[in-house]
Amino acid sequence: MEHNEHIVERYERAWIFFGLGMIVVFILLIGYLMVANRGTIPIGAGRVDATQVRTQGDFANPRVEQVGNEYVVYVQAFSFGYLPTEIRVKAGRKVTFKITSPDVQHGFQIERTNINPQVIPGEIVQVSHTFRQPGEYRIICNEYCGIGHANMISKIIVEP
Amino acid sequence: MAVKTFSQIDAYAGAPEKKYTLFMLMLGFIALMVGTLFGPLQSFNYGGLDLYPFLKPVFQSYYQGLTLHGVLNAIIFTQLFGQAIMVYLPARELGLRPNMTLAWISFWMALIGLLIAAVPLLGNAASVLYTFYPPLKAHWAFYVGAAIFVLSSYVSIYLVLEMWSRWKKDNPGKITPLATYMSVTYWLMWLLASLGLVVEALFLIVWSLGLVTGVDPLLMRTLFWYTGHPIVYFWLLPAYALAYTTLPRLAGGKLISDPLSRLVFLLFLLFSVPVGFHHQFADPGIAPYWKMIHTILTMMVAVPSLITAFTIAASLENAGRSNGGKGWFGWIAALPWNNPTVLAFLLGFLAFIPGGAGGMVNASFNLNQNIHNTVWIPGHFHLQVGTLVTMAAMGTAFWLIPHLTGKPLVARGMALASQWLWFLGMFVMTFALHWMGFLYAIPRRTHISGSPISMEAYRESSAWMVLNIVSGVILLVAAILFFYVLYATALQSRRDPSQVMAEVPFTQVISKPEGSSLARLTERVWFWFGVAVLLVVLAYGPVLFQMFTNMNPVPGQRLW
Repeated sequence: MEHNEHIVERYERAWIFFGLGMIVVFILLIGYLMVANRGTIPIGAGRVDATQVRTQGDFANPRVEQVGNEYVVYVQAFSFGYLPTEIRVKAGRKVTFKITSPDVQHGFQIERTNINPQVIPGEIVQVSHTFRQPGEYRIICNEYCGIGHANMISKIIVEP
Repeated sequence: MAVKTFSQIDAYAGAPEKKYTLFMLMLGFIALMVGTLFGPLQSFNYGGLDLYPFLKPVFQSYYQGLTLHGVLNAIIFTQLFGQAIMVYLPARELGLRPNMTLAWISFWMALIGLLIAAVPLLGNAASVLYTFYPPLKAHWAFYVGAAIFVLSSYVSIYLVLEMWSRWKKDNPGKITPLATYMSVTYWLMWLLASLGLVVEALFLIVWSLGLVTGVDPLLMRTLFWYTGHPIVYFWLLPAYALAYTTLPRLAGGKLISDPLSRLVFLLFLLFSVPVGFHHQFADPGIAPYWKMIHTILTMMVAVPSLITAFTIAASLENAGRSNGGKGWFGWIAALPWNNPTVLAFLLGFLAFIPGGAGGMVNASFNLNQNIHNTVWIPGHFHLQVGTLVTMAAMGTAFWLIPHLTGKPLVARGMALASQWLWFLGMFVMTFALHWMGFLYAIPRRTHISGSPISMEAYRESSAWMVLNIVSGVILLVAAILFFYVLYATALQSRRDPSQVMAEVPFTQVISKPEGSSLARLTERVWFWFGVAVLLVVLAYGPVLFQMFTNMNPVPGQRLW
């Protein structure tokens, strides 16, 4: 019995080191990918007065703006929809989204991409992505925002 | 008749803490029952089947039902289960009685808080889901009731620390017994972890009463998740404590290592709290390097669960071999699968493995971008809190309620069936939810079955949706079986002490704490608590300071 106990302890130690090793590998991978894919990481791009979003500043005029070879899209996510109602961009060009909300929290997940920031009133969230494949991509609100939440779906049209 | 009345009064006369434990437990299970009955409705929703129109006279919307489901199951039931188990285990182990006046105060605070919060919840005035993210604004009674309910847990913290210090005084220099050690670290972790929620509640109460016009939604989110991640360990650790201190014995074996089990709870005390930003990977206003720091700490909190996987599996192997199991897998067959408590834990831990792996995905910054706020997330936590935690509670009720009341378990076969069906239903459901979230970006907590736009958008996942309906039916049957067994046992008039466990089945251990330097090291609880506080200050201090000094208030909205 004494002998068996020590075997268990040895396996135990090996398992703990295996676990720690696995975690170190995961952390390194996450760190590497964070640097490699940094555009898709949501960052703050300033703050606004949520009560003024509909009437003043960039978000009172939601739009797709072409800046050189890139796009900047100012998006208003509100209960229960997005402005502009339709976003058109060309494939292969970097698109930077700046998004805020005049009312409550919303989501902005673009299917088949890594774009999935939290939209918080008072905060402007910024993410960027380059669409390689032309086509239609749904934008889905994935944060509960009231009774019409399920209808809050929009789209991006990526032209060739 | 007089004799019967006397025996009823007498049932708890020698052990009033049994009555307290029973009341906490039963109140928790009543909350779980009401919450669980809304579960199949959520499942059917993700199968495209909307039953809410039929509930219209009583319940106004899917979101009201979902709020009840989340609040009752994840906040009310889990805390009451912790207040029952993590006070009763140390009381029995130390042979001490908690301060009964305070124990009953904690019960009444929990009940009154629950009733106050129930009024706006049932009146559709608080359909803000169990995350209650501002600026969605509920009726003030919801926040006040929830705060009173949570504060009742502070009485439990005091009850356990007071028993522990009484024991320490009588046993100077001795190592704290295992279940008590687990309970003390558990409550200290909660003391530190709950601060976020308590501070948030102060803001929300003042705001909902109209004394201030707005609150900062990002700060409220940050405070919520400060508590919101460690709260999952607050739910989980009673299940772990029962798995360590009772499961090996119930299965016929011994726990392999006492010192290592202490290390697990110590690691939870240290790493449970400074990890909340991994729920805010998608948020603006928190710099990416802070999110990376929390990612690393989150990965660290996987370590105690990895150790648990080993220790529990090895202890079960010890049990299986003691029961005569041979070979690589023979010990598994030799486990007492016909014991409903052991069965509940075995199946619960089986579900916990993919659940834990999914948790590593959620904690990985980049992978999280694919599944943030999709149905993957409820898929994940229904394997954790919905399966292991809930099954540990149900399984423990099968011996604990007879032990507390002297009333033998009724309908053992139904008890076994309820656990198999619960496990099967949860497995089918979570499997479907993981894929629907990952492959089709279907959002969580969304009334898709009531929205033709949604049903059109997600039609490609219809095959997975069918599984949700199937799982909803299976889980409804499982819940009916379990609650029948529970109430038939607790409400019968027959008391037969010879048919119930007279003592808590505390397990024996192979590697003992005496003479272990690790056990000595973990015994310095207050030192480690100080380290935990320091970690929190380092991981949260600068961000919270910046947020508190730059608030950007937003007025409330009621959009349901």
